Amino acid sequence: MDLNYTDEQQAFRAEVRDWLAETLPREMSEKVRLGKRLTKQDSESWHAMLNARGWLAPNWPKEYGGAEWDAVQRQIFEDECCRAHAPRIVPFGLSMLAPVLMAFGSEEQCQRFLPRILSGEDWWCQGYSEPGAGSDLAAVKTRAVRDGDNYVVNGQKTWTTLGQHADWIFCLVRTDPDVKKQEGISFLLIDMKTPGVTVRPIVLVDGGAEVNEVFFDDVRVPAENLVGEENKGWTYAKYLLTHERTNIAGVGFSNAALQTVKDVAAKVHAGGKPLAQNPHFAARVAQVEIDLMAMATTNLRVVSAAAKGQAPGAESSMLKVKGTVIRQELTSLLRRAVGPDALPFQADYLEGGDNAEMMGPEHAATSAPGYFNNRKLSIFGGSNEVQRTIITKAIMGL
Amino acid sequence: MDFNLTEERRMLQDSLGRFLSDKYDHESRRKVIAAGKPYDAGLFAGLAELGVLGALFAEDQGGFGGLGFDLSVVFEELGRAGVIEPVLPAVLTGSLVAENADLVENIIAGEAVVTLAHSEAAARYDLNYVTTTSSNGVLNGAKVHVLNGAQASYLVVSAREGGDDWDKDGIALFLVRTDATGVTITDHVNNDGTSGATVVLDNVTPDARLTGGFAALELAVARGTLALSAEALGAMESAKALTLDYLKERKQFGIPIGKFQALQHRMADVLIEVEQARSAVINLAGHMEADRDTRERHVSATKNLMGRVGAQVVEEAVQMHGGIGMTDEYALSHFARRITMIDHWLGDVDHHLARFIDLSAGEA
Repeated sequence: MDLNYTDEQQAFRAEVRDWLAETLPREMSEKVRLGKRLTKQDSESWHAMLNARGWLAPNWPKEYGGAEWDAVQRQIFEDECCRAHAPRIVPFGLSMLAPVLMAFGSEEQCQRFLPRILSGEDWWCQGYSEPGAGSDLAAVKTRAVRDGDNYVVNGQKTWTTLGQHADWIFCLVRTDPDVKKQEGISFLLIDMKTPGVTVRPIVLVDGGAEVNEVFFDDVRVPAENLVGEENKGWTYAKYLLTHERTNIAGVGFSNAALQTVKDVAAKVHAGGKPLAQNPHFAARVAQVEIDLMAMATTNLRVVSAAAKGQAPGAESSMLKVKGTVIRQELTSLLRRAVGPDALPFQADYLEGGDNAEMMGPEHAATSAPGYFNNRKLSIFGGSNEVQRTIITKAIMGL
Repeated sequence: MDFNLTEERRMLQDSLGRFLSDKYDHESRRKVIAAGKPYDAGLFAGLAELGVLGALFAEDQGGFGGLGFDLSVVFEELGRAGVIEPVLPAVLTGSLVAENADLVENIIAGEAVVTLAHSEAAARYDLNYVTTTSSNGVLNGAKVHVLNGAQASYLVVSAREGGDDWDKDGIALFLVRTDATGVTITDHVNNDGTSGATVVLDNVTPDARLTGGFAALELAVARGTLALSAEALGAMESAKALTLDYLKERKQFGIPIGKFQALQHRMADVLIEVEQARSAVINLAGHMEADRDTRERHVSATKNLMGRVGAQVVEEAVQMHGGIGMTDEYALSHFARRITMIDHWLGDVDHHLARFIDLSAGEA
């Protein structure tokens, strides 16, 4: 047992920290720190900065331009990025599609798409969920029918995150409706500019529109855009979800959010004293901090095992549930810390306006929308109820 | 970073686990308690022979361990088996009597139980409250919740040489023979079957004044808190295993009750929280040798979490078992009592939450 990082790992952390201090523009980190919404250009320029340093694709092998870091290095990198309030790297191409292409795609598909993911030329989005297929993902109905050298796609995807920016979408489509539902699904890459593709934003409870509905109306997709074999898409989808679940604990996000709660509670006053000194509020913060201290170690136990080549099983689901419960509690604490100044809906500020335009203290405009937005954490990536079922079934074998 | 045990600790864990699964079960413990005995002397001797007590001391003290992870390995196994034999007193006093080589040798051999007589009735969980006095070479006062006090041959007694009742300064530690003139020990059984005692000191001449005051006491209690937390973890693992088996075996409405999602989801939360408890024990064990402020912050974080998770595991395990989970005859009842009573030793959930807040603000 040794809770210390090795000298190499500490040197790596210092290198990442220094680079972030030099490279990450202050206006960008302030937006992230304050919970403002990022523009497409923000995401693209951060993507380009990381790519220039060779740190954009931590989990990719070097032959494709990745950093080929182990799980501990990736965790260190995540921690430091969160600590510095770096924008989240848009994961759909880099850490969702790319591993699937490398494992199951053709050499031609890898050569064609991977460099464009790195360069930022292609913005990808995920076409998984449908109105009738949420937690029961294998129930997808979007139909793809082979017609010569093309598939003809009809149907609808939903909850497509940042689909409004996307050039491409990777989709689960039904290619055989007459077999067991998991056995008739294929994994198809679709150019969003193809005639018949329509994107419609969904305005959410936080007033923003980060998700979309995507409609397919007789969309003709070249058959060469099929990944792997027809009707084997469910295998690839599950593979992708295991990659989606890395860093599922969100320890870095929670550490940053905890610091924000503490900063706000030290500044705002209740009963003439800093809120941080209110015993009821302090107790809630302390309890979540204690949970986070333990969860950070639970996460490192899983990460450390993964770095030694062990595949996480039910542990990923445990981290997903506990990690999201903690993150949601922190968004709830921030909203309460801000107090009555969380009331006004200040859309201009949220979309990037400066402090001078805002009513109330820092985080006043973003705390309630942030709280609302983060309800998604226990819903997406396999809802927490799905995860609980996975955990118990895996451990009981029932 | 490495979350694997060293080879030596893994061997200790294996041999202790095997020894206990061969020699110790719920029935034998029930018989000991029913016979009015505080513990099984033969089993305690066997644990000493196995090196369980030696693992709690450093090499230069005559042991072969003594670090945080040595304590956590031993106590997780003791907790898993539900052991009530007096190993914990050696943790609570070991670092305080370390200078006394002969005494330590006797402790390691299982021949002497040396326990801590510190808490006083009005102290609740505060370590700095001491009204027992030391003046003119004699001790006067009363101590409560002295673990295995009636079985001990020596007590480590805290007494005040100066300052007021709540001062950290002015607290000194003394080694006292339990058969010394003026020592009155009244014992009782605790809810979990362990043996407690009240000690009255009336003009007692101590054997020795020990080196170290409040800071040494705080470290000893930190080590005790780690041991208790690891023991609670082991007991939770047992309660969890019993419950998982029961969910698979018990049928109602024609199917195993583990098929019901209402129970699956609650069990999933128990499984998650037991992993949290394991991480909390690792955190405390890994910081036992850190600077005082870091160590104490982990003491309070870990004990708070163990208390919360312990209550959840106990309540859910009993509930998922139904009536059978409440019977004395079934092993779960022992783990339920032990986990719950551990919350009442060395500071409970609320005490340590408040203390964690104070420590985080640099105020404790």
